[in-house]
Amino acid sequence: MPLLEYEALHVALPGMARPILDGVSLSVAEGEAVALVGESGSGKSVTARAALGLFPDGAETGGQVRVDGAELVGADAATLRAVRTSKASMIFQDPRAGINPVRRIGDFLTEQLRLVGGRSRAEAEARALELLGAVGLPDPPRHLRQYPHQMSGGMLQRVMIAGALTAEPRLLLCDEPTTALDVTTQAEIMSTLRRLQRDDGLGLLLITHDLDLAAATCDRIYVMYAGRIVETGTAAGLLAAPRHPYTAGLLGSSPPLDGPLTRLVPVPGTPMSLAESAPGCAFADRCRFVRPGLCDQAPPALAPVGTGLVACHRAEELTALGGPATAPDPATPALAATPALAAPATEENR
Amino acid sequence: MSSSTSLLGRPLGTLRRLGGGPLTRVGVLVLAVFVLAALFAPWLAPQDPTYGELGEGFAGPGPDHWLGTDGGGHDTFSALVEGTRTSLVGPLAVVLFSTVAGIAVGLFTAWRGGWVDTVVGRVLDIVFAFPALLLAILAVALFGKGLSAPVLAMAVAYLPYTARLVRSLTAQEKVRPYIAAYRVQGHAAAFVALRRLLPGIVPTVLAQSTVNFGYALLDLAALSFLGLGVQPPTPDWGAMINQGQTAVLQGQPLSAIVPAVAVVLVVVAFNVVGEHLGDRLAGRES
Amino acid sequence: MHREMHRGMTAAAALGAARSAAGRLLGMAVTLLVTSFLVFSSLYLAPGDPAGFLVKGRSPSPQELATIRQQYGFDDPFPVRYWHWLEGVLHGDFGRSYLFHQSVAEVLASRLPATLLLVGVSTLMIAVVGIGAGIVGALRRGTRTGSAVLLLVTVGAAVPSFVAAIVLRSLFGVNLGWFPTIGNGTGVLDRLHHVVLPAIALSVTFMALVTRVTRSAMLDELRREHVEVALSRGLPRRTVIRRHVLCNALGPIVTVGGLLVSGMLVSTAIVETAFGMSGIGSLLVQCVDQLDFQVVQAIVLLVVAAFVVVNTLVDLVHPLIDPRVGTAGGAR
Repeated sequence: MPLLEYEALHVALPGMARPILDGVSLSVAEGEAVALVGESGSGKSVTARAALGLFPDGAETGGQVRVDGAELVGADAATLRAVRTSKASMIFQDPRAGINPVRRIGDFLTEQLRLVGGRSRAEAEARALELLGAVGLPDPPRHLRQYPHQMSGGMLQRVMIAGALTAEPRLLLCDEPTTALDVTTQAEIMSTLRRLQRDDGLGLLLITHDLDLAAATCDRIYVMYAGRIVETGTAAGLLAAPRHPYTAGLLGSSPPLDGPLTRLVPVPGTPMSLAESAPGCAFADRCRFVRPGLCDQAPPALAPVGTGLVACHRAEELTALGGPATAPDPATPALAATPALAAPATEENR
Repeated sequence: MSSSTSLLGRPLGTLRRLGGGPLTRVGVLVLAVFVLAALFAPWLAPQDPTYGELGEGFAGPGPDHWLGTDGGGHDTFSALVEGTRTSLVGPLAVVLFSTVAGIAVGLFTAWRGGWVDTVVGRVLDIVFAFPALLLAILAVALFGKGLSAPVLAMAVAYLPYTARLVRSLTAQEKVRPYIAAYRVQGHAAAFVALRRLLPGIVPTVLAQSTVNFGYALLDLAALSFLGLGVQPPTPDWGAMINQGQTAVLQGQPLSAIVPAVAVVLVVVAFNVVGEHLGDRLAGRES
Repeated sequence: MHREMHRGMTAAAALGAARSAAGRLLGMAVTLLVTSFLVFSSLYLAPGDPAGFLVKGRSPSPQELATIRQQYGFDDPFPVRYWHWLEGVLHGDFGRSYLFHQSVAEVLASRLPATLLLVGVSTLMIAVVGIGAGIVGALRRGTRTGSAVLLLVTVGAAVPSFVAAIVLRSLFGVNLGWFPTIGNGTGVLDRLHHVVLPAIALSVTFMALVTRVTRSAMLDELRREHVEVALSRGLPRRTVIRRHVLCNALGPIVTVGGLLVSGMLVSTAIVETAFGMSGIGSLLVQCVDQLDFQVVQAIVLLVVAAFVVVNTLVDLVHPLIDPRVGTAGGAR
């Protein structure tokens, strides 16, 4: 049984043109690191929060979310509390917003243990000191007495991580844990997270917009677009051969971690808002390979292609052409005639 | 708009264009009714409110006296209508004076900045410590009962509110590029401040002044209630409530309740309309 | 090394806090000084001769006038007069009341307890009901209860104390006979019984304002991410609301509470007059009415001073409620 399992999770806000999440299925096993990648507004944060039974106000929910066997959709307060206090915890994007600014760091780190864990203040503080050391903060006793505004963003994110670990969860949810930090701090935080996850054998669900970061950190990757999973596979497989045009676009839009710096090609267009909907593939509007009459008919289902699953009507076809990352651009007639390999996208055909 | 509906259609259409919920429209209507009552009081009041009919004390509402009479047989409805004038004129004077002076002070200090701004800011803080009603009472102690001295004192008490608002709005606007552009073109500072910057902030100030009108009305009614403002027999809501007090103890609260309801209605209406104006401006700017 | 840095930083922060507190107290002293000067010189705004003004409405003999002139030093230069007056005020000497043939201080002292009781009971009501309703209004937003709170706030803010007094006296005093309609009462219980209706009349407007501020401050906080974080850690909703919403919302509530003090003190004049109570407020009205300017001057000064002192206290307390305030110079 996976540690975290989503089955056809459906979350919708009344009055919106499309659901926030539309049949999301995803799993994280014990000790496994999994990434969920997508642009802002794709629904990845809502997905992560669902693992704690946190849904947007007024949302209609369907499907299932199980953490260690406990069902969270429609769960009662006691179940939710049990999961939140002992099974799963979340590291939020912006520690400045996520930690109460008028209370001390010590209060943030001990309140869960003291108020719901039934531990004494001394026990809770001992645990907090231990955790502050574990996340690599230099002077735990001092930090306990500090206020958030007295710490840097990187230090505060470490506090946030320590706070997520107080109750010894089995599953760690990280929602863009480094986006609010400066670049040098980002790598340190990620390596700390990775170390803690490996040492304690935690399940990890990393939410990020950065496919390279996901591939470097995680074993498996899910790519999300407009509330649906559009591709999933092993990190290595996905990075080497993306099958969905969107995944390929994401790869093209960030600089490679190693190797020569090639020209970046952003995904054209903007993500679909909740006020828009499409009868077919949600990505069709932005896709270089869109084929009228096919892509705008029905939404594609996830189907096995290569080693992973892809939701694209033309996935097989594009794979045959060498994959969407390198397939010739159909908009350029000269290239469309060439069966395989193609030049990198040029300025004109974007 | 067709000509057949123009008589009533125009004001109603204006009301609709103002937007807002039904509450706002009711507020505007209430204010319109009272303003009309004030304008046409002598023609609307069925009787002379200063004339007391002996033997008609504490008459209930009826065809002769729509809202009954007080203990002295004075017609409550007539007093209410006539009282609208004194009750609205005082706050109007307070708001006019404090708004104009507040704009002048706020604009000047924010535009000049520096020590002028600091010193005036401190002085305004000190004036702020004097509640309007207290200043009005002090004015009565010094200059005697009536409306004029308290109105002036309250205008001073309300000045900091407007001045602070104008000051902060001006300080925000002053650093915008369009102001710099006018200055670069060689326009005089006074011209830019008064003709280019001021029109942009006046609506926000008016929204605040609308709310202030309600509070000024409350303060002046309180003063008259204390017997220190408008003096009988001049009809005034606060004074009517004051005189109705003994009747309340005799179990005849109507002559005090009627002006009390009028005060509350008008103040609620001013708050609702003022807040709506403020919201609309906030919405437009964001 | 970190430890030393830490010590240095806290010392700097403490020094900064002490300095800002000292600055606030100095500012308060200056404000009080200017206020006293304004109140003192207001006497000279009155038309005519100040000595004549002080005894207006009475018919003093020329000798008496001469005594007054001498007593108030009307022949001294203005700054000297102010200095003498200020010296007296600082020693609790506000002059003599012509109406009561007593020192102003004695007159005030005899009336003060009743007003303090009224203001105390009202403050309690405003805090409990105002904050309570604000919490309910915020947590039940969008429901019937929430709308009812909003409606009550709109109406309550517009119900002046003299209107509330009329309605309360008429309903609970005359018709139902539950509460006395006039006077202060004697003995502890009787005094409390007498103060209930006046305290409600005094509170209505301010309750509405406190409710409004509490509600919007709570709503602001409820939207913050740290609240979601606390919920995500399995803390019960009640606990989260108490520790992370209400506590954080206290700053604006206390600030607005401080600003309401002056309005409340002035409104005691209305409420005490309406309920025939003997206190500082009704004394103010009586002394304006019967031209006892010395008493008026003293009460005006006290009200403004109380406002200034309370708001300085609020400023000083604020950093304890919200550590971000006033320690901006601290470590970062």
